Amino acid sequence: MAEIPEHLLKRAQQRRAELAGEDNAGEEASTPANADAGASDPVATEGASSPAPADSGASLEIPELTGIAATVPRHLIERSYTRRAVLEGKTVAAPSAGGGAPAATAAAAPAAPTMTGPGGNTQRLLTVVKSGSIQQTKAEAQDKVHTWPHLLSIEFGAMVIVTCGLFIFSAFVRAPLLGLADINQTPNPSKAPWYFLGLQELLTMFHPMVAGVTIPGVALVILALTPYYDKNLSNKPENRKYAFAMMTIFLIFWAVLVIIGSFFRGQGFNFVFPMKDGVFFEL
Amino acid sequence: MATETKSKSPKDVMKRTWERVHDSQAMNSIFRPGSVFRKGYTDSPRNRSYVIMNNVLYHLHPVKVKRHAVKVSYTLCLGGLSFFLFMVLTVTGVFLMFFYRPTAEQAWADIQSLETAVYFGSFVRNMHRWAAHLMVLSVFLHMARVFYHGAYKAPREFNWVIGIILLTLTLLLSFTGYLLPWDQLALWAVTVGTNMMGYSPVLRTNVQFVLLGGNVISGDTLLRWYVLHVFLLPFVIVIFMAIHFWRVRKDGGISGPL
Repeated sequence: MAEIPEHLLKRAQQRRAELAGEDNAGEEASTPANADAGASDPVATEGASSPAPADSGASLEIPELTGIAATVPRHLIERSYTRRAVLEGKTVAAPSAGGGAPAATAAAAPAAPTMTGPGGNTQRLLTVVKSGSIQQTKAEAQDKVHTWPHLLSIEFGAMVIVTCGLFIFSAFVRAPLLGLADINQTPNPSKAPWYFLGLQELLTMFHPMVAGVTIPGVALVILALTPYYDKNLSNKPENRKYAFAMMTIFLIFWAVLVIIGSFFRGQGFNFVFPMKDGVFFEL
Repeated sequence: MATETKSKSPKDVMKRTWERVHDSQAMNSIFRPGSVFRKGYTDSPRNRSYVIMNNVLYHLHPVKVKRHAVKVSYTLCLGGLSFFLFMVLTVTGVFLMFFYRPTAEQAWADIQSLETAVYFGSFVRNMHRWAAHLMVLSVFLHMARVFYHGAYKAPREFNWVIGIILLTLTLLLSFTGYLLPWDQLALWAVTVGTNMMGYSPVLRTNVQFVLLGGNVISGDTLLRWYVLHVFLLPFVIVIFMAIHFWRVRKDGGISGPL
């Protein structure tokens, strides 16, 4: 048998002692003694201390209840017995008014099994369970659709469009392949890949350590830590004006730098106009 | 059925053959319940669930998603397309690997002959290059989309951090690939890019030395970046992508609605 935690055993003992104290003083002595002795078998103890439940008498007097029956709330027991008394009063009263057939039922009533509850029902109230402990709706029902076909069809469509676009673009636009790499022949201008041209643009303004390491490093860290310093819980645009402004400035800042680096920088990385001086840009 | 006289008309023969194929053990063992290739496909909620549950790729998805999550105007498909472009790049990249040797003597000539002497060589190389640029763009736009929807907020904070790592890895993958054609564009773009790394605090030019396999870009750099580009970085990015996708599910699907 599984180990029963110490605190649960103790609580059970206390409760049992309380109940026994109410109804049967004799039991109080025996039950805790059993448990204290280390009898790790409360079921056996329970079985021993719960004899026949509250069906001992159908008298109008409320009898002493023992065992499990003793755990039924007092007011329910009282209500049950009061009701039963009322019903019995009726059946007793009936013969005097009518006689004949009703009298027969009246005569039969005392002979009926004593298991019956109020109104002659044969079930017993075992426990009262509050509704909250059974039904807990934590999450609200969400409006959901099946992934197939609703999501998969959209994904498929997007993939087809991108694939077609890529096919067509690749068929007509060739990837650049310049002459063989030559470490002794520096092209003018030399440009980094387009996504690093923002950084190269910063190089014209700052020391390489600032432009190439500090600024991008700090930017990435700040970006990564966004969820930890943005304490605004709302995801509604109207509640996030500051965040929107900061991110938009950030994105536009890089976009502008990349565009300047890509199209407005010519020989010697000097400022040029693409319309006038031509484009110095390879993808 | 057995007692019926079998019609010999081509249409009936075709129909019977089709049924026999569909009923065969082979067919039923290949296609799991829910597959449209299986006999008895029905468009029922049960079968719609099977389609997702019984397919290893679709299984990335839950059986059901929030209705707002399938709106194209919400996600613009950017995350999914980034992943799709990664797969396109893997496939085209494997093709390119068949014709490429990462040495200073052979690399450029290999690309040259790939462009001129290999069926679809130029086309596949173009695809690889444009898909790479497109992936950088789509990953970047995906980040912007996620930010503007506030999707990085609890409980998705850490998935945002993984997303930034994925963005960085994407840039590194693109940058390492940039050197491989070994032409003037590649050499000098990488020279400009890596010169900045020599100014890292504390480590100084050690960073540059480790990355380049020497003080200047050489054939050693080419081999080093090739290994990074075709093996190490894809390996790492796949792991982070797996965590990224898994966490999307664990955090209750995509965010929203606004």
